[in-house]
Amino acid sequence: MRSFPIEIVGEAVLNGLLTGAIYGLVALGLTLVYGVLHIINFAHGALLTLAMYGAFVAWHTFGLDPYLAILPLVPLFFALGYGVQRFIIGPASRGQDSNILLVTLGLSIIIENVMLAVFRSDTLSVQVDYAMEVVELGPMLLGYPRVVGFCVAFLVALLLFVLLTMTDTGRAIRAVAKERTGAALVGINVGHVYAVTFGIGAACLAVAACLLLPFFYVNPRVGNAFVLVAFTIVVLGGMGSVPGALLGGLFIGVVESLSGLYLGDSLGQLGIFLIFILVLLFRPTGLFGAKA
Amino acid sequence: MTARDLLPIAVFAAVAALLPVFVTSGTWLNFAVFTLIVTLAAQGWNILGGYGGQYSFGHAAFFGTAAYATALLQVRFGVNPYLAFALGVMAAGLVGWIIGLLSFRSGLRGSYFALVTLAFAEVFRVLANASAFTGGAAGILIPLDVRPGNFQFASRAIFYWVALALVVAALLITRTLERARLGAHLVAVRENEDAARALGVDALAVKLSAIALSAAITGAAGALYAQYFLYLDSNIAYGTWISVEALLGPIVGGAGTAFGPVIGGILLHSLGELARKLLGSVPGLDLALFGVLLILVVRFPPRDIPGLLRRRARR
Repeated sequence: MRSFPIEIVGEAVLNGLLTGAIYGLVALGLTLVYGVLHIINFAHGALLTLAMYGAFVAWHTFGLDPYLAILPLVPLFFALGYGVQRFIIGPASRGQDSNILLVTLGLSIIIENVMLAVFRSDTLSVQVDYAMEVVELGPMLLGYPRVVGFCVAFLVALLLFVLLTMTDTGRAIRAVAKERTGAALVGINVGHVYAVTFGIGAACLAVAACLLLPFFYVNPRVGNAFVLVAFTIVVLGGMGSVPGALLGGLFIGVVESLSGLYLGDSLGQLGIFLIFILVLLFRPTGLFGAKA
Repeated sequence: MTARDLLPIAVFAAVAALLPVFVTSGTWLNFAVFTLIVTLAAQGWNILGGYGGQYSFGHAAFFGTAAYATALLQVRFGVNPYLAFALGVMAAGLVGWIIGLLSFRSGLRGSYFALVTLAFAEVFRVLANASAFTGGAAGILIPLDVRPGNFQFASRAIFYWVALALVVAALLITRTLERARLGAHLVAVRENEDAARALGVDALAVKLSAIALSAAITGAAGALYAQYFLYLDSNIAYGTWISVEALLGPIVGGAGTAFGPVIGGILLHSLGELARKLLGSVPGLDLALFGVLLILVVRFPPRDIPGLLRRRARR
């Protein structure tokens, strides 16, 4: 194994943490949906792709900065997520685990291929003047978009925490997650709460997409690169655990960054998948606890 | 197996075998061979997913392993192509057994099993893409040397018959399984694993046999793919496309029925081709259509088209 000066390794770790926060945000939506609806949403990656195209179109056609595009995209994706759960996944799954798997898989196939039909397979990216700016931290240089991404991701996580603990909607969501039948008995509309939760998950993706776009690219399959990473984070952090998703995201970001440094880019992702398989095989309830 | 079991298979084989007599256009035969290869992969998935109820999202791991094994044994070690084909199928079966052992012993079911198979396929894809031995990102070419002794034929029709023979063989295997003790145990595990266990069924052994057989059949599809197209790269061999195709056919045509993958495979690809003809060749359109179909068949039970027809007929 090659050895690197400590600044390079430190920079890799910090960059990993920065990217990891956005991974955490992607995983947050996934874990929330799992925790409440107990479904594994295979369309999560495709929805991220869709959001990234949304941010791209906002920039390309309307000249909107990706960070500003958060404002229209979040309500749009909340509505989209709400509708998808309420009118497609809910009715089609008829409460069966395997049906949900297939329906969300079907959704991801549709989204990915409609994007392919509309935008073709070209890789697109936005040009913003701050893309190459750096933030100096001692001897280390950090990309400005990554630093912004890190801060906003944590802000969103905080907002989500406030929403879940301090609002009526949040209390209803947590009630449904804990005890669906009981929640229904006290008059909570479970179908509505499911759809709201799914909408929040999609809204998290919209934010993540806008944060990613200034330093990443978009093509019809880009979500796939994130979806396995997000699944890894979710199983690592414990299915349904919100803090677990953030911690898992940071951890995976560092693992990816370091294995990219030591093994090269093409093998870099291998570390993540191996962690994923090992956790699933030996500790499917996650490292950070939450019991399945 | 009884005559009643054999008759539909014989009729299907006879009718399908006549196709190259009427269709001589290269593009159409190409389409037919490709459809048969994908159908074969789907027949493999059907053993584990349809009869066993274990939904794999990573059958690409088996398709790709056999495809690479067939190609590499020929190119790197000069092994006879027919032998390479057989070894490729066995390699896929072995990989299936190992993945099964790891996942089923850990008690993974449902979504977790789907996720772990997906991850295994991705690991293989990354490895094949990075390793020089497999040709890396550039892929691997099997040199063109058209001789029947070399498993390469000048006529597409012969390849069509080879693919058809394999699909028919998989039909016979599936029917035999249905009538065998293993098939009954497998369905019992699908319907209620705990109850099956309580009745003395060794669920782990049953699932391991099923995944090995399933992987071998999907592997045969991969090996045939390599031999037909003579080119592979990691995104073809281990790509998610084949994992998805492998489960679409059975789900649409009827999971856990012998003819399900065949009906589903032919139906889907005919629809895809029709859409291309009607709407022009917009990339991804056929797959988007498959996605819509997948949701529709899950939404509107009965999930199998034969079931739907029977229902119609009864009315």
